[in-house]
Amino acid sequence: MNALLFKLTMGAYFLATLLYLVYLIKPRPTLGRISHWVISGGLVIHCMFTLDRYLEAGHTPITNLHESLSFFSLAIVGMFIAFERKFKISILGSFVTPLALVILGISALFPSAIAPLNPALKSKWLMLHTSMAFFGYAAFAVAFGAAIMYLIQEHFLKNKRLGPLYQKLPSLDTLDEINYRCLTFGFPLLTFAIISGAIWAETAWGTYWSWDPKETWSLITWFIYAALLHGRLTTGWRGRRAAILAIIGFFVMLFTFLGVNLLLPGLHSYK
Amino acid sequence: MNIVVVGLSHKTATVEIREKVAFAPTHMEKPLRELVALEDIQEGIIVSTCNRVEIYVTTRDIAGGISRIKRFLADYHHIPLETLETHLYSYHGEAAIRHVFRVAASLDSMVVGEPQILGQIKTSYGYAAEYKSSGIILNRFLHKAFSVAKRVRTETKIASSAVSVSFAAVELAKKIFGDLSDKTVMLIGAGEMCELAAKHFLNNGVRGVMVTNRTYEKAVKLAEEFDGKAVNFEELFDHLHKADIILSSTGAPHHIIGPKDVEEVIRRRRQKPMFFIDIAVPRDIDSRVNKVPNVYLYDMDDLQGVVATNLEQRNREAQKAEAIIDQEIGQFFKWLSTLDATPTIVALRGRFEEVRRAELEKTLANWKDIEPEEQKRLEACTAAIVNKLLHQPTSLLKRTGQGGRTDLYVDALRNLFDLEVAGQTTETEELGELEE
Repeated sequence: MNALLFKLTMGAYFLATLLYLVYLIKPRPTLGRISHWVISGGLVIHCMFTLDRYLEAGHTPITNLHESLSFFSLAIVGMFIAFERKFKISILGSFVTPLALVILGISALFPSAIAPLNPALKSKWLMLHTSMAFFGYAAFAVAFGAAIMYLIQEHFLKNKRLGPLYQKLPSLDTLDEINYRCLTFGFPLLTFAIISGAIWAETAWGTYWSWDPKETWSLITWFIYAALLHGRLTTGWRGRRAAILAIIGFFVMLFTFLGVNLLLPGLHSYK
Repeated sequence: MNIVVVGLSHKTATVEIREKVAFAPTHMEKPLRELVALEDIQEGIIVSTCNRVEIYVTTRDIAGGISRIKRFLADYHHIPLETLETHLYSYHGEAAIRHVFRVAASLDSMVVGEPQILGQIKTSYGYAAEYKSSGIILNRFLHKAFSVAKRVRTETKIASSAVSVSFAAVELAKKIFGDLSDKTVMLIGAGEMCELAAKHFLNNGVRGVMVTNRTYEKAVKLAEEFDGKAVNFEELFDHLHKADIILSSTGAPHHIIGPKDVEEVIRRRRQKPMFFIDIAVPRDIDSRVNKVPNVYLYDMDDLQGVVATNLEQRNREAQKAEAIIDQEIGQFFKWLSTLDATPTIVALRGRFEEVRRAELEKTLANWKDIEPEEQKRLEACTAAIVNKLLHQPTSLLKRTGQGGRTDLYVDALRNLFDLEVAGQTTETEELGELEE
């Protein structure tokens, strides 16, 4: 049952990605609507999969790489659908859904068996800490997609060679706005994830902060986005600079999430 | 008589070359006088816009005329002829007529169908008329070009608002700013194109307009027109940061806005994007301004590039316009060929002969008992009168036909004696209609 739901989600995301990529070539409103419903359907199935797993395991299913990648993918899709609705920009899907599909695909590479919960994770903080972290990451992923779109569109406008995507991509202002909104979502979530993590660490390991690689890298990620937010609010950083920082931030965040788990041994290395 | 066109346009020369060859609208008398003073150049018009510099003349000697005009252009602007020549095109005969009709109908424009060019040619023609460098042929030619342009505009969709430089600018602004409703436009300098672009922006809902001009009164006047605010030219940089979209079209010979200025302004705006549209030739804004983050600078050539990407769908309309032009060329060419002396001489003789016959017949009808001998002498006498009267004008026409202003006499004779020459069409009504 659980495996079937996973496959269905995968199928729906694959189809949606395909549709959004076709939309990139032929931006027909109908196609945009269909893509939207397919990805939304995929999200519903994905939620069912996660809920089913939660009920089966008896704890928040974000305890190993398979689960967390899957949840990351879910959060990205959820965040994307919210932004797509708010800004009415289907083409955002052409840049974000492939990301969600790839992440879900990678999650399938890791063992999916439900293992007994690591005693250290047995806490009411688990759900709060992890889901906040992943929704924060998802906001940064959407910002990453918007940043790439921004750089493409800005390249067209600066070099005055209006390529085939020029008409289809939204205005620079809209893309910059999405970037900013993602930041105002993602940054507080990341902040709370770090704080809740510290509180949890105090109860579980007896210390708020132990410079575990995950903690260190989370802090680096946090500083990057803090700098971006600060720049935006004070000297008006925006546009290209903000887009590039959002892209750098996204890669650092990916390393915080995956690199640390896979490469650097530490308290957070759950596989 | 031949119509010859020599010129260069955005298709053959970059803005760097065009700004060197441009004629200042305030100083048209000198070049026009020098132009028609050239050997074997009878009439001349100079059209100088940001996108093209063209000279239309009438001459008997096509090859000589073309080379003299090229030399004139080079000498007048102190450019080596070898440098200039690679950018110049020249047409004569039917090709020249087609070219000018196409230019006037905006088929040769950077933005095909943009309406400004017709007004610019009308202005150029106005100078030629004022300094009397144009005459019968070019007058008729230009009026014909205007009527062709009008036909093209009314009968095809080529001149719909979607195909102008200003529209291209508005489209770009929307891709930069998204919503224009909280944006302010600043006009630096004046000019038809600039004002048109400003109107386009207002139609697209920009919040306000600021106007500056070296002559403050002009700025005030224009600001009133747009319900905007006039700004002293000296205080430009105190106000520039309030503008999101800047339309510049001054007659300044140098850049008036450089990258340093813009860096300063953008800092003051806390990096809010700015869109500079430089439609002046020579350009007002240093091209390095485009390198400043969050600043976008488009000059005329850039706008051309933008528009070129949209042009395909308009090709069909352009083809319809070409068909109209084909028709009109035929008509005009016929008229032009009638300006030669011979058919007019024939027509003039015909008219005199016609009168002589009519009067003779009237006289003979009441003169029953006239002797055949007497009748012959009467006929010979009247024929001699006609011949004597016509001798002077005929020989003059034939003589001037060797290289003088035949067309002047031909035209005068036609009007004086109401002659009908094969191929001639009366277009006086049409001309009157065009004066509006």
